[in-house]
Amino acid sequence: MNKLKSQFLAGPYLVWIIGFIILPLAMILYYSFFNEDGSFTLENIATITDPVNLKAMGLSLELGVACTVICLLLAYPLAMILNNLQIKNQSFVVFIFMLPMWMNFMLRILAWKLLLNKNGVLNTLLMGIGLEPVTILNTPAAVVFGMVYDYLPFMILPIYNSMARIKKDYIEAAHDLGANSITTFFKVIVPLTVSGIISGIVMVFVPALTSFAVSELLGGGKVLLIGNIIEESFMQGMQWNVGSGLSFVLMVFVMISMAITNAFDKDGEGGTAVW
Amino acid sequence: MVGNKSVGAKATNILSKAYMGLIFLFLYLPIFVLIILSFNDSKTRVEWGGFTLKWYVECFTSETIMSAFATTLQITLISAVVSTIIGTMAAMGISKMRRNSRTFYLGATNIPLLNADIVTGISMMLLFVKFMDLGFVTVLIAHITFSIPYVILNVLPKLKAANQSTYEAALDLGASPLYAFYKVTWPEIRSGVFSGFLMAVTMSLDDFSITYFTKGAGVNTLSTMLYTELRKGIKPELYALSTILFFTVLILLLAVNYHPTKKTTAKVERV
Amino acid sequence: MKNKLIVLGLVGAFIVSCFSACAQDGETQDNASSGKTLTVLNYGKYIEEEALRQFEAKTGIDVKYEEYESPEEMYTKYKAGAIDYDVICTSEYIIQKLIEEGEVLEQDYSSLSNYGNLDKDILELAQSYDPENRYTVPYFYGTLGICYDTTKVSEEEVSSWNCLWDTAHKNEIIMMNSVRDSFTPALKLLGHSLNDTDDNHLKEALNLLDKQFPIVYAYFVDEIGDEMISGNAHMALVYSGEAAYAMDYNENLAYCVPKEGSNLWVDSWFIPKTCKNQQAAMQFIDFLCDEEIGMLNFDYVYYASPLTPVVEALDEEIRNNEAIIPSKESLEKCEVYTAISDEKTAYLNYLWQVLKSQL
Repeated sequence: MNKLKSQFLAGPYLVWIIGFIILPLAMILYYSFFNEDGSFTLENIATITDPVNLKAMGLSLELGVACTVICLLLAYPLAMILNNLQIKNQSFVVFIFMLPMWMNFMLRILAWKLLLNKNGVLNTLLMGIGLEPVTILNTPAAVVFGMVYDYLPFMILPIYNSMARIKKDYIEAAHDLGANSITTFFKVIVPLTVSGIISGIVMVFVPALTSFAVSELLGGGKVLLIGNIIEESFMQGMQWNVGSGLSFVLMVFVMISMAITNAFDKDGEGGTAVW
Repeated sequence: MVGNKSVGAKATNILSKAYMGLIFLFLYLPIFVLIILSFNDSKTRVEWGGFTLKWYVECFTSETIMSAFATTLQITLISAVVSTIIGTMAAMGISKMRRNSRTFYLGATNIPLLNADIVTGISMMLLFVKFMDLGFVTVLIAHITFSIPYVILNVLPKLKAANQSTYEAALDLGASPLYAFYKVTWPEIRSGVFSGFLMAVTMSLDDFSITYFTKGAGVNTLSTMLYTELRKGIKPELYALSTILFFTVLILLLAVNYHPTKKTTAKVERV
Repeated sequence: MKNKLIVLGLVGAFIVSCFSACAQDGETQDNASSGKTLTVLNYGKYIEEEALRQFEAKTGIDVKYEEYESPEEMYTKYKAGAIDYDVICTSEYIIQKLIEEGEVLEQDYSSLSNYGNLDKDILELAQSYDPENRYTVPYFYGTLGICYDTTKVSEEEVSSWNCLWDTAHKNEIIMMNSVRDSFTPALKLLGHSLNDTDDNHLKEALNLLDKQFPIVYAYFVDEIGDEMISGNAHMALVYSGEAAYAMDYNENLAYCVPKEGSNLWVDSWFIPKTCKNQQAAMQFIDFLCDEEIGMLNFDYVYYASPLTPVVEALDEEIRNNEAIIPSKESLEKCEVYTAISDEKTAYLNYLWQVLKSQL
């Protein structure tokens, strides 16, 4: 009885889902599957097979995966270090990583451009110590850099959270049973943080895959991602149907990749099909 | 690299501190640049024109900036509070659900995260214009919509980790659900709710596309204002305002942390 | 039972929050219902705020001022019927599209008291998209050209669009991240019109742009001015006004319209079908054509003003600055964009994506 009542707590959210998530989604679906004259079509969906779109999709995937892997490699050790600091107030840690995001994204990226420019701070420093200046901006690498910068907190936080939940006893027990640090790490710590890793991967990979702003700002318009194509078909070409069709394909694609990722979440901590 | 204290090597300690420092540098370097820019006596950000405090004075005297600031604060706070409430309730409901309905809820939760901002923005605009005038409220609804998922995703894992039977036990022992929630569930999910709230605030502060398409005439947030200024140079007053905002929040944070409340999560967990 | 209490409490809090928001919204609606409001939509940073204040003081009309970043965004929002605007300023090719769609109201602008201040030549140029000047009133205009670093590129070089294909400037060329503007140099070099929509001609132009792609430093939408100021490139394709802004901060920069010809853009005011207060909208446009107000806006925006008295009152140095006031010669070799069909727009966009999907 109580269980049922508790479920009603999700009631306001259900209303919200129907009103502001499902209905707008239905709009997108309508635009994807019907032409301007109202006839059913699969053409908009099929535009994904166009070589340009496939290529953009491939590049988005490549950069998205690169960004996710780099974030994971950077975040995991950091989460461990943070965890070892034994900070009592976990919210404090969350705050420290969210704080930079309180300055507008656009402003922060512009600041990076100042730093990484041909005549920017970084190159001035490099030349000061007698090194060759580097050109980072306007390459796919710059886009990955920007994405890592933007999404790193979303990888750190879930991993840190899952790590903070590991009871010290488990690690001590492993040591008592003769496991060395490396074995403990791979056999105890990693498996217990899988759900955090998966949350992190999803929270980084999804926005990285669909992003368009970073590639426009740091890629110098030379890096065409699927997000850019969707944005352009809405904004420049005014082809809402094609844009919707592509968004739909991208959404399905993301859903599938998330389902695959989730298959690795064996302990079922996430416990759900999608998350 | 494994900063395990039992190994205890000093080198590991120094290494991990250095590593942490580097990551913080990476995250905070652009902020530092923007703070410097707020003192730059030149209209363009690419040139240093000397030190000045005038942008700090001007940002408070500019009516447009102040009204955009007020709107931003209202939208951010209201949307964060509402989405935290709805999201937390939803997470509690979802955690009690059976697999099928849970899949539905979580699937829907993911949609705003999956769609590109423009797609979300335009689709909401198309919906809103059918039923109401665009204005402050429509922006607010949109912000709540894209914030709720972050709250749910932060609270749900905490609920999962919480010991469900404690709550049931409290009920069996005669506690009212409200009392049991406050005494048992709340301490367990508190930090999750708080981080969800923070994320909601953050997302709301940062959004441009969705706000642009759902806002009505005369409603302006700091980010829509910023984007319209891109071509002809961003008003330096905005750097000043961002700096003030940043430090206000930082000081608040430090103050709160300096006098920690008695119920820190760590302590509760040990009870 | 008490589970309901939680729900009630939380729902209550939700309602209170909503209520405070509605109160806020009601406030704005009250203003609207007084009938003395004018909803104005304009590019970002495209008017001196003081001018708006003076207009309000003079007429007692409350101005609700809205800004946008790109005309496409504006068009999307307008077409969705999102907001009932009273008067809008935007680029000529969008206006032409809107005129064709029947969204623009016809007015007798020549009855405005300050209409005589408008430069006849500019009005004539505007006739390419508004044949009888009955739909629009020009606000600012300018050209598309090359902003270049005089220490790296000679005046001789930039006299032709060919310089943008010169491999000696590899990685030192900035193009614009907008389809039609970036196609302009290519089409002009091939001797075609900017408004040419012949598929073969467009493909030829694409081939040319393809060759250029490897030596282009970046395709930017905004901020080209700042990039040039900080010396990140030798040359950039820009609008004249943006070049003027950059030249203000870096004395090594100059601006030129290549001899093959280029684009002339005119940003104009028009009154859309959604206008609820045409009289006030006309008053507003007339006000902006006033000499003093024109000067006030010119000083702030720094683009070419179509108001003759404003231009005449300028210092000779400013008047002769090609980046601010285009010379008669450059006006003669320039063309105004005309709206092209949706189908052709889609094709052009596709070619653009083909170009950029090389990496």
